[in-house]
Amino acid sequence: MSVRGADREEGEGTPAVALPTAWVPPHRSDRDTAPVTTDSGIPVDVVYTADDLPGGQSGLAQRLGLPGEPPFTRGPYPTMYRGQLWTMRQFAGFGSPEHTNERFRFLLGQGQTALSVAFDLPTQLGYDSGDPMAAAEVGRVGVAIDTASDMCDVFAGIPLDHVSVNFTINATAPIILATYLVAAERSGVSYQALTGTLQNDILKEFLARKAYVYPPGPSLRLVTDVVEFSSRELPRFNPISITGYHAREAGCDAVQELALTMASATAYCEAFLARGLDFEAFAPRLSFHFATTLDLFEEVAKLRAARRIWYRVATERFGARSPSAARLRFFSGNSGTTLTAQQPLNNVIRSTLQCLGAVLGGAQSIHVMGYDEAYEIPSEEAVTLSLRTQQIIALESGVARTVDPLAGSYYVERLTDEIETRANALMADVDALGGAAAAIEAGIPQRWIAESAYRAEQALASGERPKVGVNVYTDTAAGAQAAPLANTFEVDPLVGERQAARTRARVAERDAGAHTGALRRLADDTRAGRNVMPALIEAARAEATVGEMAGVFREAFGEFTEPAPW
Amino acid sequence: MTAPRIVLGKPGLDGHDRGLKVIAFALREAGAEVIYLGLRQSAASIVAAAVTEDADLIGISVLSGAHLPLAEQIVAERAARGARDIPVAIGGTIPANHADLLREMGVDAVYPVGSPLPDVVAGLLALAGQPGGRRAAS
Repeated sequence: MSVRGADREEGEGTPAVALPTAWVPPHRSDRDTAPVTTDSGIPVDVVYTADDLPGGQSGLAQRLGLPGEPPFTRGPYPTMYRGQLWTMRQFAGFGSPEHTNERFRFLLGQGQTALSVAFDLPTQLGYDSGDPMAAAEVGRVGVAIDTASDMCDVFAGIPLDHVSVNFTINATAPIILATYLVAAERSGVSYQALTGTLQNDILKEFLARKAYVYPPGPSLRLVTDVVEFSSRELPRFNPISITGYHAREAGCDAVQELALTMASATAYCEAFLARGLDFEAFAPRLSFHFATTLDLFEEVAKLRAARRIWYRVATERFGARSPSAARLRFFSGNSGTTLTAQQPLNNVIRSTLQCLGAVLGGAQSIHVMGYDEAYEIPSEEAVTLSLRTQQIIALESGVARTVDPLAGSYYVERLTDEIETRANALMADVDALGGAAAAIEAGIPQRWIAESAYRAEQALASGERPKVGVNVYTDTAAGAQAAPLANTFEVDPLVGERQAARTRARVAERDAGAHTGALRRLADDTRAGRNVMPALIEAARAEATVGEMAGVFREAFGEFTEPAPW
Repeated sequence: MTAPRIVLGKPGLDGHDRGLKVIAFALREAGAEVIYLGLRQSAASIVAAAVTEDADLIGISVLSGAHLPLAEQIVAERAARGARDIPVAIGGTIPANHADLLREMGVDAVYPVGSPLPDVVAGLLALAGQPGGRRAAS
């Protein structure tokens, strides 16, 4: 870095302005010749021309197709946002079911069009709120669910046949789905009317998110049980969302994110086929989830390449016949790791750019981070601003007026091709390791992620990678931004005790015979290898707790411990 | 001088281990011997490991917001095992007003989100280099 203006002449008697240390781009020709790259390390030229499109315009047209047509590079639907805007889906949940219900009603009142439930860690890992393992964590990072009655409370007054709901739940996904289905039954909504998405992607828990419980084999069986059940009973519901987001947040780059997602998708499809499911039946309901970070054009290129790669995997590897079985649809969450604790209002601008990237990449639904997320789960003010960010991009910026507006950009098309090529090569590497499940079990992609995270941190520390407010323009005279945020969210510290007490009361009221019988059936079906969903629903109806149901699986499957990373 | 021995672990149920792994890499590169315990550790397992391994420092990371009760458990366990001479450092999503609470309960160093990596590494090494280094901690 250099201090710009140090050699300027200053006027006599005028106090000198303290000029901030300025970032000098490393690619300035008079400085050095280090190659300029994208965030994923793809070299970037000074300018791109028609020569960068292999096969010229006709070659490009073939790689693109039209929106809604193979290979779906330009989008899964013909009219995209002209026909229907993306779903604005802010991830929310904390405290007790009532607290979360209140936040959901608030968001729907602000114009949000769908819901996305965050669960607390005990719920994600199959512990009841009264369990000693849960003591410090009830209601902290999401809502606490112990029984189907809690799920009813979360959605009280919300018409489940009209609002699509996303569930960020994985190890305990079948259990949480069962409680949701019971909540739907109790509010008189048929399974056929339910729309939404269950994350249910256990591979990425082993890979990056780390909320696993059971070993990989039985975990994959539970994922498959859900998909099998849903393909029969939940025609409008996405029973899995195959996710690269968490690997990205844990440290990997855009190419690795894409390749690992596709490798996982392949592993799941193989597991579903081995169960005897029909690709044409389950593939149209597969959903995907990618991060959108700050390198705008690279992210757009990645999302476009994702659709093209999935089309090829679905058709060439799995013989997809109908377009809908090869058409990738995705949710995009902005990246929390790009946001900073320093000068937190800057995060509003970062989130805006990331939301724009998701829109230009053709997302079906989007979450925008709160600017205060480096401190706490977002305040009402922050989450409203996130929603307004989406609404302004949708309604004021004009970017939603036409489909895939960056198509034909020499640079974006070149990047799309390059990311596709690099991701395909990495997918071949994962294949050579025996596929995603085997590679993850051996801990290999986890190592890529950890090493890549360390490199990113070193680049921040050395100043090689500029981060405004962190390693450049850190001046604390930035006014109010220097002070910690005043209105960060506070979780009610007594929520754990209250929730545990309520569950004890509900447990005391339940029909002991029905409850015992249901849990026995669950244990039998689990051991016999039958689909666990019917028994789980029966148990949830009998107010069996999440901890009890997860406990049946713990006893049958054991628990997974991650191998040491070194 | 022998390399400082540092036990790193994540107490509670939180799985966000990016930060702790980055710290582990950086401490190793700086010459420390890192005993990485990984996820879902109890206060008892962390302190027991530190005692058994004759560690100079315990480093924990919490991003779930449960840092206050989890740190309290570890400080209590450390006292119960008579291991007050092993300093405890914590990093994670820690609001400014909680940093003081953590120090008051006996945590020796606090690194909230946004702490620069070189500062964290230098601080941890200094803490590990001085048994009973509480006086040296910020």
